[in-house]
Amino acid sequence: MIRETPFHPRTAVANQTGLWSHWSGYLAADRYQMSDKFEYFAIRNSAGVIDTSPLYKYRIHGADAERFLSGVLIRDIRKCRPGQAHYTAWCNHDGWVMEDGVIFRHTEDEFLLTAAEPNQAYLEDLRGPMRVIIEDVSDEYGALALQGPYAREVLSKLAPEMETIGYFHLTPAKIGRVPVTISRTGYTGDLGYEIWVERDDALEIWDRLFETAAPYGVIPAGQTALLITRIEAGLILIDVDFYSARYSWNDDQRATPLELNMGWMLRDLESDDRAFIGRRAIEREKAEGTSRWRTVGIMADWEDWDRAYNARGLVPPKDHTPEHGGMMIYDEKVRQIGWTPSFVYSPVLQHHIGIARIRPDHAKVGTKVGLEVTIDHRYEMVGSVVTRLPFYNPPRKTA
Amino acid sequence: MAARNKYDAIVIGGGHNGLVNGAYLAKAGLSTLILERRHLVGGAAITEELHPGFSFTTFSYALSLLRPEIIHELELTKHGFMPLLMPTTFAPMENGDYLMFGQDKNENHHEIARHSRRDADAYDAFGHMMEQAVHGIRPLMDSIPPDITSKDPEERARLAAIGSYLADLPPKVLHSLVRLLTGSAADILEDYFESDILQGLLASSGIIGTKVGPRSQGSGLVLLYHSFGEHDGAYGAWAFHKGGNGGFTQVLASAAQALGAEIRLEAPVDHVVTRNGKATGVVLEDGSEIEARTVVSAVDPRRTFLQLLDPRELPADLVEDIQRFRFQGTSAKVNFALDANPTYPALPGRSDMYRGFINIGPSLDYLERAFDDAKYGWYSQRPYIDSCIQSNIDPDMAPPGKAVMSNFIQYAPYHLRESDWDTERERLGDVVQARLEEVFPGFGDLVLHREVVTPLDIERVVGLTEGNIFAGEFLAPQMFFFRPAPGWNQYRTPIDGYYQCGSGTHPGGCVMGAPGRFASQQILGDLAKRR
Repeated sequence: MIRETPFHPRTAVANQTGLWSHWSGYLAADRYQMSDKFEYFAIRNSAGVIDTSPLYKYRIHGADAERFLSGVLIRDIRKCRPGQAHYTAWCNHDGWVMEDGVIFRHTEDEFLLTAAEPNQAYLEDLRGPMRVIIEDVSDEYGALALQGPYAREVLSKLAPEMETIGYFHLTPAKIGRVPVTISRTGYTGDLGYEIWVERDDALEIWDRLFETAAPYGVIPAGQTALLITRIEAGLILIDVDFYSARYSWNDDQRATPLELNMGWMLRDLESDDRAFIGRRAIEREKAEGTSRWRTVGIMADWEDWDRAYNARGLVPPKDHTPEHGGMMIYDEKVRQIGWTPSFVYSPVLQHHIGIARIRPDHAKVGTKVGLEVTIDHRYEMVGSVVTRLPFYNPPRKTA
Repeated sequence: MAARNKYDAIVIGGGHNGLVNGAYLAKAGLSTLILERRHLVGGAAITEELHPGFSFTTFSYALSLLRPEIIHELELTKHGFMPLLMPTTFAPMENGDYLMFGQDKNENHHEIARHSRRDADAYDAFGHMMEQAVHGIRPLMDSIPPDITSKDPEERARLAAIGSYLADLPPKVLHSLVRLLTGSAADILEDYFESDILQGLLASSGIIGTKVGPRSQGSGLVLLYHSFGEHDGAYGAWAFHKGGNGGFTQVLASAAQALGAEIRLEAPVDHVVTRNGKATGVVLEDGSEIEARTVVSAVDPRRTFLQLLDPRELPADLVEDIQRFRFQGTSAKVNFALDANPTYPALPGRSDMYRGFINIGPSLDYLERAFDDAKYGWYSQRPYIDSCIQSNIDPDMAPPGKAVMSNFIQYAPYHLRESDWDTERERLGDVVQARLEEVFPGFGDLVLHREVVTPLDIERVVGLTEGNIFAGEFLAPQMFFFRPAPGWNQYRTPIDGYYQCGSGTHPGGCVMGAPGRFASQQILGDLAKRR
């Protein structure tokens, strides 16, 4: 049986379309309203509320929790102080990325790790003699992401400490009588927060949040809106932009942190004495320059896009529905140099954009490349340019 | 510090076309000064806080026809360009029912079918016809028309190319275009639809801003023009810019300044200075002179030719053409700050239908009767109202839970028989409010503030002659080759170095920006030849 998140009694009423995805075995609304683009604009101009409860959540605690995690995660968890969170990844011994996720440090020895896939056995098997307990608490908490420029103003009315909480920080708070954890995190690249609440209190939080938020035009936002914003934010998605090294069949499917634009997580590797999983392979890759790819942005030239469609007598489409495919990218000699696994027309940027995997020698920002699009069953090359990620990065996100 | 008094180019008027034009000139490296008479830029596209916390789109209120080239070439998204999708269109009916469009094609089909099964099918056919017509005429609208009076072989060749282009269009598309350009909106809509509400809703686009009824020849052209825009590739779709249309012109101003243009506010221009048939600068109303080899007028044709210049410097034919150029503004606005969203009795407790246009014009007869009043010099006693409550999709527009409502009103002719607008202003407001009370019972109790904008106010405040919102009527003899006058449709004037770039030039009004952009191309081309 497909499962329902703790907010389902509310999301089911709100979902006017009857469209649901299955996310980690839970129902997740694709879009609540007939227009997912309206939900998208709520995120970019007001705020949207996304039910992110289906994420796997692991409570990792005990005297050796920090030591344990510093050997598992590629980012140095010792630098993540209580009340802070890290976006991070973990690798296998060959330096291939297994997964990415956010780790929240509640206290010196208590953490919460979110993941897209189950990790209980994997993490447990790495414990050895360390004094650390790993609990799958996925079902115990609901999570709501409130994302958008009005998120702070709305949330501060419910929990005044939100006025000052910094980017990638978290704090315990109370909304009404309900204890919650609020973190300044999200998957939209906007100003935003995530509210973590115990399952039984979930509906009260939903109701109180919307009571305060609705007059600001805040609405529930579905998966489609979320996925548009995450491409604009340059945030990668497992099984789209990369595959878990655990379940890949060959190295073509695998990727390293450096290849996935996670190099910044390893900036301080030289001064960092941790022996984390994959470290030697990553060091070798760094030293020998053996990365096969870079993850960058690609932006289609608007004039060339229009030209390609106009030439066939068509209205050039500007569709905000994310395409998780693999449009090929070519150099000037029409040699394939990469692909774009995530592609979308960005309404705030008014451009077609994609997260792209490109050979390092063609990955410099500003490099002109060709993007293969299919128009009326024919391949057409549309001029495009390599750009920096993220595409959309409003100052309010971190301000 | 004394203000600088010499520039390469001066743009008169900081409306959207003046800003676009100035931005392009600055981008090309000209030192450019944009002069605005008022304390804020935007012309008719402004947002003002007329009641604390409530942002009024005093005049222009929605966006569709803005050319995508301008968004890209001026990099407007870097300056906050954000057209917010309108997910609904709502058309209340006289019997309390309604027609509501959303973003789902099939849901719309079923909604139309409530009123007519035949119309539900015909709606798609009509939509396809309109899209093809728009797509067909787009290349002509998106280029500078040839000078039909010129003997220059190049101009003649361009004229011939238009003939070939049209001849190459599918015959059905060409025929649709001719019907739209010459016929009435009602004739075309009656071919497709039988239900009053759908006819009324669609015909509204055929009368907006123009002194025609839906059954007048020429309303087809207005219908086509209003379908000519797009929102992210969807033809004919409209959006509210974040912060209203004033939010949009602030984006333009920011882009123009980033490109190096200077904007001077409260700097009304008295006249353009000419020497030996050449423009040499402008004199402000305070008497100060600013020099420039290029002077561009973004104001309407009557002001461009007959006020900023001495008409004796112009050919008599042009003076006559401009004097005959019809303005006859016929639209008004009545804007409200509301304590809450109004209630529509058939949809109690709901406000999701207020996220786009609310079209109070439930049939062709309703619209035509509203026009009847205007024919005889009076304002409609049961007016057509294009209403929107922008606060429902843009929280910047009103305090949480409150609403700001813009109502475009037609007909309200500039010339009133036996009265004047200073006398009638609040009476017009009362007529509109009474009509809204019929549609939304209890409306009056919600009103916190009311602003009535008559055609006279549009003229006084914005400077648009006779309050015509397009800077000149959309009538066939005033379009394309003839906008604003035969022989002067390519942004030049008889005075060397003096150009026009307002909505009174091709293609026309509607916050399109194309006149400003085309004029800049012409200016930069002429400057390159001079070198």
